[in-house]
Amino acid sequence: MAEEVTPEALTTPALVPPLVTTVIEPARGWVPLRVRELWEYREVLYYLIWRDIKVKYRQTLIGAAWAIVQPLMTMVVFSVFLGKLAKVPSDGAPYPLFTFAALVPWSFFANGLTQSATSLVASGNLITKVYFPRLLVPMGRVLAGLPDIALSFLVLLGLVAMYGRLQWTLSVLWLPLMAVLALLTAFGIGLWLSALNVQYRDIQHAVPFLVQIWLFATPIAYPSSLLAEPWRTIYGLNPMVGVVEGFRWGLLGTGRPPGIPLVVSVAAALVLVVSGAFFFRRVERTFADVI
Amino acid sequence: MDEIAVRVDNIGKQYRIGTRRGPGTVMLREVLTDLAAAPFRKLRALGQRLAAGSTEIQRPARADHIWALRNASFEVPRGQVIGIIGPNGAGKSTLLKILSRITEPTEGRVEIHGRVGSLLEVGTGFHPELTGLENVFLSGALLGMRKTEIERNLDEIVAFSEIDKFIDTPVKHYSSGMYVRLAFSVAAHLEPEILIVDEVLAVGDVAFQRKCLNKMEDVHHHGRTILFVSHNMDAVTRLCERALLISNGGIQKDGPAGDVASAYLLSTLKMDAVQEWPSSDTAPGNGVARLRRLRVRDEAGATVENVDVRQPLGIEMVFDMLVPGHVVMPSLMFYTRSGTCVFSAQDLDPEWRRRPRPAGRFTTTAWIPPNLLAEGALLVSCGLSSIKPLEVHYFVRDAVAFNVTDPAEGDSARGDWDGSIPGVIRPLLKWDTSHETPDSTS
Repeated sequence: MAEEVTPEALTTPALVPPLVTTVIEPARGWVPLRVRELWEYREVLYYLIWRDIKVKYRQTLIGAAWAIVQPLMTMVVFSVFLGKLAKVPSDGAPYPLFTFAALVPWSFFANGLTQSATSLVASGNLITKVYFPRLLVPMGRVLAGLPDIALSFLVLLGLVAMYGRLQWTLSVLWLPLMAVLALLTAFGIGLWLSALNVQYRDIQHAVPFLVQIWLFATPIAYPSSLLAEPWRTIYGLNPMVGVVEGFRWGLLGTGRPPGIPLVVSVAAALVLVVSGAFFFRRVERTFADVI
Repeated sequence: MDEIAVRVDNIGKQYRIGTRRGPGTVMLREVLTDLAAAPFRKLRALGQRLAAGSTEIQRPARADHIWALRNASFEVPRGQVIGIIGPNGAGKSTLLKILSRITEPTEGRVEIHGRVGSLLEVGTGFHPELTGLENVFLSGALLGMRKTEIERNLDEIVAFSEIDKFIDTPVKHYSSGMYVRLAFSVAAHLEPEILIVDEVLAVGDVAFQRKCLNKMEDVHHHGRTILFVSHNMDAVTRLCERALLISNGGIQKDGPAGDVASAYLLSTLKMDAVQEWPSSDTAPGNGVARLRRLRVRDEAGATVENVDVRQPLGIEMVFDMLVPGHVVMPSLMFYTRSGTCVFSAQDLDPEWRRRPRPAGRFTTTAWIPPNLLAEGALLVSCGLSSIKPLEVHYFVRDAVAFNVTDPAEGDSARGDWDGSIPGVIRPLLKWDTSHETPDSTS
């Protein structure tokens, strides 16, 4: 056919980037994670997070205050019923502070888990219409909770100051690390659940239940010092134990400094993320067909 | 230009049907029993493979699986605009989804050289709560644009959409027309080497559709490859040089867009460009005359389904006179698909007019001059009658059909306009213009 030379064609720089070649073939079994591709699509991740944050509190009366209300109300309920009535010990810290210091990372984890578990099904219209690495969907949902934890952390700091227990030691540096651990755990579980939920919608009914059980299996309303030693380390297999303990230790100085149980928690979180990512990649190819 | 942009090699996609219960669910029980049986199945397959001495695993045909697409192979050279047509459920969308990497093929291989942008819906990624502007960024990113690219084109995108006043309003308050405009503006500014478009032009008002088609052609002139699925045969013949006809999960026809589109159009009408009656006994007619064949032909004598509007075309009628001595007059009637009669014609050949015909076979061809018809399918009815006394020997309604196409190269009656044109005929007229300068009128 006739090639027209347009003015644009003349002004386009001669520097043409080399063409990328994509091969599409049926894959079988386990497939590589393609971390490089995730990096190439970082802007899509950015916009997915940006969208979730922007949309989250649209058309609400109190807006982002919801990020604070949720853990705050739970703290009040726990303080009244467990702290005052049941007299649950709190490792020497004021009970409200003790439980709120745990609820801040916990809420981040629980919301991240819930949001990411249903993320793929909720994004069905995207998954059937456009290509991008699907891993970004649950990942974006978990990361979109970061402003919430930042906000509630500020409230926590205020509360700590109110009780006059602000202490500026290096142990504060543990806090962001613990937040990352909570994020990894939520992401790891989210990978498994979101992928399973595409095929089995049972998951989305089971998630609230799972979160509730997990809440009690984590030392939020009670200290883990209630457990005897061999059990306490095994207890660390729940990565949120490490997170909550580390958070309290870093902020309030209660409990023991991070040790073996934390190592167990980190290892458990990493296992969740890596296994989740491989499982996700394995079943990813059928998402568009069954969603 | 003979560089390959897309190479599709024996692509197949199998879907599971029937056993699904409700949307997207598989019974957990099935999976568990399947898991338990898997090792045995694998062992058996291994045994078979060893016995057969082959490394290929045969995929068993299963009753609850269907092939949405199978054995599809084609190549698209860089810069080609290729139309994909076919009935609903034929596998067109499956093909596009495989090429866009949304779903994986069950077998085969695709090689794509270049960045792919796919428009499978209007407003990919649009979120109702976000404003128009915010959605431009979100949708742009999802469609494969870089942030810097979106920012660079932002003013143009907003201007193209013609809704700049509402760009800061959440799109949930948009009318559907505004929504489509904004969505397509983003899409129209994609700059991939290969663009995959699925029927998205079917929405929106005519003027805007036109604008989008122009923009697509613009893209084409920059040497980009486009795969374009459409039900609009005229658009396919105008925009594309080549077309694929997909039906029943396979590529049925691959060739020049006009030919493929015409063949498809006639197949949907269940009609052909030629109809023959091999036996005189069953042929339409009476004791005087019988129709034996009617066909659409070009100047060279070949039967054609697709007629270039700039070429003459002949309708050839072959009939037998069974008894001598009758004055007969062949006639033709042309109808559009919607049933409008475009015109009728009767054979006024002076040699046979008013003259009794001897027995034997007659072949008579009516020539339609070039640049007379409009684009689209025409259905031809034919008849043979005597006037004094009036007697219809045969009349066959919708005997054959053909499709008129216009490649829009500027030398037909459509001139430089490549949009739709109303009217059942489109003659190329001679226009005279006189001009008077203002001085002479005052």
